[in-house]
This record gives sequence, C-alpha cells and structure tokens, in this order.
Amino acid sequence: MKKTLITLLLSLGSLSAQAALDPAQVRQLAAEDSTDKVAAIRQLTQMADPDAVRVLKAMAEDSLFLAGDKVVIIDGDKAFDGATGEAIKMPANPESPTVNNRIRGELASALAALKLFDADVSVRLASAQKLQSQVTPEMAPLLARALEKETDAQIKALLVLAHAQANLANTDPAARLAAVQALAETSSPTIKSVLLPLTEKAGEADDKVRYEAIAAVKAIDSRLAIAENVGRAFSGLSLGSILLLGALGLAITYGVMGIINMAHGELLMVGAYATYGMQTLFRAYFPEAIDWYLPAAIPVAFFAAALVGVVMERTVIRWLYGRTLETLLATWGLSLVLIQSARVLFGAQNVEVSNPSWMSGGIEVMPNLILPWNRIIIVGFAMFVLFLVWVLMNKTRLGMFVRAVTQNRPMAGCVGVPTSRIDTMAFALGAGIAGLGGVALSQISNVGPDMGQGYIVDSFMVVVVGGVGQLAGAVWAALGLGIFSKLLEGWAGAVIAKISILVCIIIFIQKRPQGIFALKGRFVE
Amino acid sequence: MRKPLTLRILSSLDAKSWIALGIFLALALIVVPVLHLNFPEDSALHVSTYAITLIGKIMCYALVAVAMDLIWGYGGILSLGHGLFFALGGYAFGMYLMRQIGRDGSYGADLPDFMVFLDWKELPWFWVGSDSFGWVAFLVMAVPALVAFVFGYFAFRSRIKGVYFSIITQALTYAAMLLFFRNETGFGGNNGFTDFKRVLGYTITSSETRLVLFGLTAIMLAVTLVFAAWLVKSKFGRVLTAIRDAESRVMFIGYNPLWYKLTIWVISAVLCGIAGALYVPQVGIINPSEMSPANSIEIAIWVAVGGRGTLIGPIIGAFVVNLAKSWFTVSFPEYWLFFLGLLFIVVTLMLPQGLVGLWKKIMAKKGAETC
Repeated sequence: MKKTLITLLLSLGSLSAQAALDPAQVRQLAAEDSTDKVAAIRQLTQMADPDAVRVLKAMAEDSLFLAGDKVVIIDGDKAFDGATGEAIKMPANPESPTVNNRIRGELASALAALKLFDADVSVRLASAQKLQSQVTPEMAPLLARALEKETDAQIKALLVLAHAQANLANTDPAARLAAVQALAETSSPTIKSVLLPLTEKAGEADDKVRYEAIAAVKAIDSRLAIAENVGRAFSGLSLGSILLLGALGLAITYGVMGIINMAHGELLMVGAYATYGMQTLFRAYFPEAIDWYLPAAIPVAFFAAALVGVVMERTVIRWLYGRTLETLLATWGLSLVLIQSARVLFGAQNVEVSNPSWMSGGIEVMPNLILPWNRIIIVGFAMFVLFLVWVLMNKTRLGMFVRAVTQNRPMAGCVGVPTSRIDTMAFALGAGIAGLGGVALSQISNVGPDMGQGYIVDSFMVVVVGGVGQLAGAVWAALGLGIFSKLLEGWAGAVIAKISILVCIIIFIQKRPQGIFALKGRFVE
Repeated sequence: MRKPLTLRILSSLDAKSWIALGIFLALALIVVPVLHLNFPEDSALHVSTYAITLIGKIMCYALVAVAMDLIWGYGGILSLGHGLFFALGGYAFGMYLMRQIGRDGSYGADLPDFMVFLDWKELPWFWVGSDSFGWVAFLVMAVPALVAFVFGYFAFRSRIKGVYFSIITQALTYAAMLLFFRNETGFGGNNGFTDFKRVLGYTITSSETRLVLFGLTAIMLAVTLVFAAWLVKSKFGRVLTAIRDAESRVMFIGYNPLWYKLTIWVISAVLCGIAGALYVPQVGIINPSEMSPANSIEIAIWVAVGGRGTLIGPIIGAFVVNLAKSWFTVSFPEYWLFFLGLLFIVVTLMLPQGLVGLWKKIMAKKGAETC
C-alpha cells in the first residue's frame, strides 16, 4: 500500500502539465485487466490536473461507467464525459467497471498524493501537515516538484521541511548538508529524533554533515528548552492568576479587619459549586445555550460566595474582632462545616464541570508549546477582576471607606464612616472575589468538597509575601510565586519546589517583615 | 535565699493537685492493669484492650496539648504546626520499631520491607544506629528540638508573630508532609511505618507490653504536668507570660524575648516528640497524614476547649474532644466534622477560657450566692 503510494509519488516528479485528458487513457480506466487500470491510474496521477482528480474520484466513488467505448461519470440523473467533463446525454445502458481492492488502494493513494497539488489551499495545507510525520526518502523528487509549484508561504515552509527530511538519505553529501541546515531552523521534537542518527559515525559517514547535524540538534534542543520554559512560565502565570483571585479577597479582609479567614478556600469551593449548579441548570433548561453557562455563573458565584461571607461575618467573625488567633480557629471551624455541608449536599465525590466549547483547544505557539485557551482566559479573567477591584477600591466611595478603615479604624469611625457596615461589605467583597476564583478554578481542576484546602496555604503565602492590605503587593506576590514555583517544579519536582519556596519565604520575611510593599509611615503594632 | 529545687518543685502544685495526681497515677499504674489482667473479658470490671489503647492514645494527645498550652497559653504563640514535632518523634521511634522487626517482615530481609520494595541495598545514612534504643531515644528529642530551634530562631529573630507565625508553621508542617509522602525520603512514603513486632525484645501486642506503655505514658504525662507547673511558676515562666501580654514593654525593660520564646518553643517541640514516640508503639502506625495541617489545628482546639493558660485544661480538652471523636466516628461518622467545626466556633465565641473557665465561673457564682 505504502509502496504503491511512493511509486506513484515518484512518478509524479516527472509529470508535465497537459490541458485536457487523453480519451484513450481515460478509456483504459475501464480496461478488463487490473494491471492496465493501475497503469492508467498512475498516468492520470502524473498529470496532477483537476480533471484527472475528478475522474479518479468518480472511480473511487463508483460513479464511473462505461457506455460503449466512452467513459462517463454519472451523478444522479446527469451524465458527464469522462475525458472532457462536458455534460452529455444519459447513455442507454452504462456498465460499471470492476473495481477490486487492489484498484481501490491504488486510487486512495493517488488521491492522497494529488491533494498536494489541489487547487484549494486548505486541502494542500492539510495534506502537507499530514505528510510531516510520514516522510520517506523516496518522496524527495515528488516533494521537490510540489515545492516548485507551491505559492502559499505556509505550505511552502512545510514542504521545505518535508523535502529536507526526505533528502537526509540522499547519496549526495551536499544535498544531505543542505537538508540538515534546513532542518536546523525547526523546533520540533520529531525532527530532532530524525536528525539524531546522523550525529553518530554509524549513521553518517561524512564528517561535515555529521558536525552540522550535531550543531542542528543542539540548536533544536535549545529552542525546545526555551519553549518548555515559556510553557512553564505560562502555567505559572495561570497558577498565579488563581492565587491572585484567592489572595485578593484575603488581602482585603485581612487588611480591613485584621483577621485571617481560614474558610477562604471554602469560599472558592462555594464559587466552584455555584458554577456546577449553573451548568446543571443550563443542561436541564437551556441545552442549546450551554456554552453560555460560564458567563452566567460569574455573577451567581460572586453573590453566592458573598452571601456565605456575609452570614459568616454576621454570625461569627463580628464577635471576634481584635482576637485574631481565635478568629483563625473559629474560621477553621467554619471551613469544616462548609466542607461537610458540601459533602452532604453534593456528595463526597468530585463533580464534573466541563469547559464550554469556546474554551477548549489552544494556540500552538511552537510545535511543543500549546497555550490552552482555558488558561489564557483565566489569566485574562484575573486581570479583569483585578481591574474591577482596583476601580472599586480607588474610585468609589465604598473603596475610600474601606481604605479609611484599613488605615485607622477609630479615626474613620470618628469622622462618620459606618465601620461595622464597611466590615460586612468588605468581607462580602472578599468572599465574592473568592467565589470568582472558584469559577476560574472549576475550569482547570477538580470540583470537590476538599478543593479549597489545597489553595489556602498558598494564598496565605501570597498575602504574607505581598504585605497586608496591599493590592499591588498581592499582585506581584501571586504572579511571582506562581511563576517561580512552576519553574522550580520543572527543574526539581513539585515537593522540592514547595519546600524551597517556603524556605525562600522565611528568608524573605527576615529581610522584609512587612512584605514587598510595606505600609509607609508609622503604624502601631 | 532560694529554696532547694525539690522544695520548689513540690510547691509548684498545691496539696489538692498532688493528691489528684497521685490518684491518677494509682489508677493508671495499679487499677487499670489489675482490672485488665485479673478479670475475664465478659466481666463488668474488665478493662478491654480497646479501652487501654484508646486511653493510652488520648494520654499522648494530652501530652501534646500540654506542650501546645505552654507555647500558646503561656507564650501567646499559636503554632499550627505542632503535629510536625509529634510526627517527627513518632518517626524517630518508628525507625527503631522497624529495625526491631528484624527478619520477620514479609520479605524476610534485614532491611525494612519498604526499602526492599524500593530495591535499596543498604540503610540510608540517617538510619545509622536506629537499632540502638538509646540513640533513637536521643533522636526522639533531638530531631524535633533541632527543627524547632532552627525554624524558631529565624522566625522569632525577625519578630514574626501572631497569625503570620501561625500560617508559617502551618506551611512548614504541610511542606514536611509532602516531603514524607515521597518514597525517596526514606520513611516509607504514603504508608509510613507499620506492622511492628517487638519493642526492646518484647512482643508489642501482648497485654503486658501494652500495660507498660500505658503506664509509661501516664508517668510521662504526670511528670510533664509537674514540670510545666514548675516552669510557669518560675521566673522564666513569669517573663514568658509578660512577653505574651506586652512584648514591647518586656523588651524595653531589658529582656530579650527571642531566647525566652525560643526556649519554650523548643521545650514544647521536645514534649511533642516524646508524645509521638509513646504514641507510635501503642497505635501501631505512623504515616505522613499525622503532619497534615488539619491535625495540627485540632491540637489547638483541644487546648481551647479545655482552657488555655491552665495546665489541667488541655488535658481535659484532649480527653473530651477525642472521646467525642471516637464516639462520633463510630456512631455518626458524617456528623463528626459538623461537630468539630461547631466546636471550634462555639468555644471561641462563647468559651474563651474553655471548660476550666466555665467551671471557675460557675463556682464563683455559687460562692457569691452562698456568701
């Protein structure tokens, strides 16, 4: 099968363009003998002509018939002349030529090869892309020919690569050298594995080509390493975005009220379950708009988490102001209650939240570097939330009050800021942002009762490094920690990365006990 | 003139407390063994193996709670990582217990089973000497002490305190848990140490060994109580309480809080290590989940329930919470977390002084009424 394809492709190399098809040749397609048919198919393939493609396609689809000594293509109730393609009168009793398996294989190969010469750019592109992984040395002349005819830059680039790959086995060292040099420009792991045999004496006799191959492998390696690190930095960026969504809320509540909310991770969980709820709702009532469940979940998650936050604040946290360590324990208790409630309501198993169709897939930046859409959207979403929070904190009256209470609670109270209501609002806001974080998290990780626990320690680290009540600090710390830990993970493994980050944080706090951005001026402990 | 040490130790508890302590030791060392060994299993007076293991386990927890109270109740430092020191002590003693298995493991090899499983040919360097009881007993105290000293020195030196300190200790135990989960760390990975056979040559599951371990735990708890009572009444304890209440003022008077905090921190860690070492042979397993942050926070709630800043409180708290836990997990497993969560909330909201504080309040009210 493959052999026939290769022979076909080889024969294509010497083809010359012709205006119309030779009727005798077309007639031969319906010959008695299979060998004659094969020869006709091969000849037609050599033409690389749309008419030839049409005839071969018709034959493969069993719509080629023999009427008298003429070959006709019958499509429904219309008939066309096989050689010229003109519409003709329906013949009286058309006869179908025998198409056995050998002929079918021959036809399939011929049509596949002809796709490289198709008039449609996208068909050529698909064919060239498919070729990349199955280049054999015998294809070299055909590829050279296709390259000559090709006008599209993208396909041309692909063909150059394929041609170079095919040429690696050329007997002429100069051709091999040129091929290696062409391949050195790429950054694909498969090409690296193709080049690897040439770096050894057994695989490549010519010294010059071998040195070139070694250099090429090195160049590809370094590009691969860059791509890998860029990929890691990107996944660090998306981790950082999640941490940021977690830490923003924490930074606000800790800044305003001086309490550490250990149930903050569970507010993320509330947001994620709200997303799950919206998905279920959409599946049940609006299945045609299922892709829109995620945007609809954003406000729902925000308000669900904010509501839980208000209840928490009003019933428990309100009574513990000034007793930070006790608040730590009480909020831990709240987190246990929330986790167990989620278990009772939704079951202990993880629930399934699927990405909307517009979030699947990704952008291929390099052959081994694909940036998934869901992570790109999450980074964008985090930036958007950050912007909203910034506007809220710096441009609104509520934000001004919140900042006032953060800076000096008694004084803010004296000048008429309703501090107690601001506390509730700030807590609801922090909780709501955590809920938004839950929406984002539901798109990239499991949604289950314990999901919040994994992020809470990291979120605290962000607040500790970033400094209390500092949006800018939280941003830098979240992104820094996210990227740094992903890069470290790549080099040293997840556990070592986690431990070394902790050590770094402890050392960092030695130098900057107040975080990256310390509050300026005097403040009482 | 200072009183001799024995007198000072004697005066650290009042007469009533000494009597109570005596009764406790008599119960643990004489009554329980007699009831366990001399009465048949169907007798109403028989103390079952289950009860002995459970109470022994809770006494270890009580020891941890006292250690936690020293640092939190008297030092004002809430550690959310005390499970780490407990587990380190447990692991150190677990190494000895693993070596005591000898060739009775399922692979019949000289090395512990998990090392054979990982295809290791010899013991890692930190296992050297783990077959000697003396060395391991030293490690049980030295390893938590060293970890606590290094961590505490850096943390206290840069004056990390309050919630910051709590969070960092939590991260510390979390990181250690991840480390111990790895097979390469050399402590049995996920499964930790289990299947112990002997301790000091005695079969670990026999009634006598259990009773000895039970008695040792009771003695250790009593000794710790006396030591803690003496410590908090000493000058050191006074300074410590002063630091808890107003650190800046203590500094201005001329004390360096660093060394006071560091000392009590290390003492607390060592006590936890000892508790862990007593816990492992009684329970028969040690694995990295002992280091999970949730476990460490539970220690804080034992202290809070009983009443921090008192010495008897943590012991009461440890018993109350853990007895409730074993009852709940058998009868209503799905409600245990609700109960524990509500306990955290109710105790912090309504009982800031814990059960001991509640008792004192009730007594004070009664006293006021009778007068």
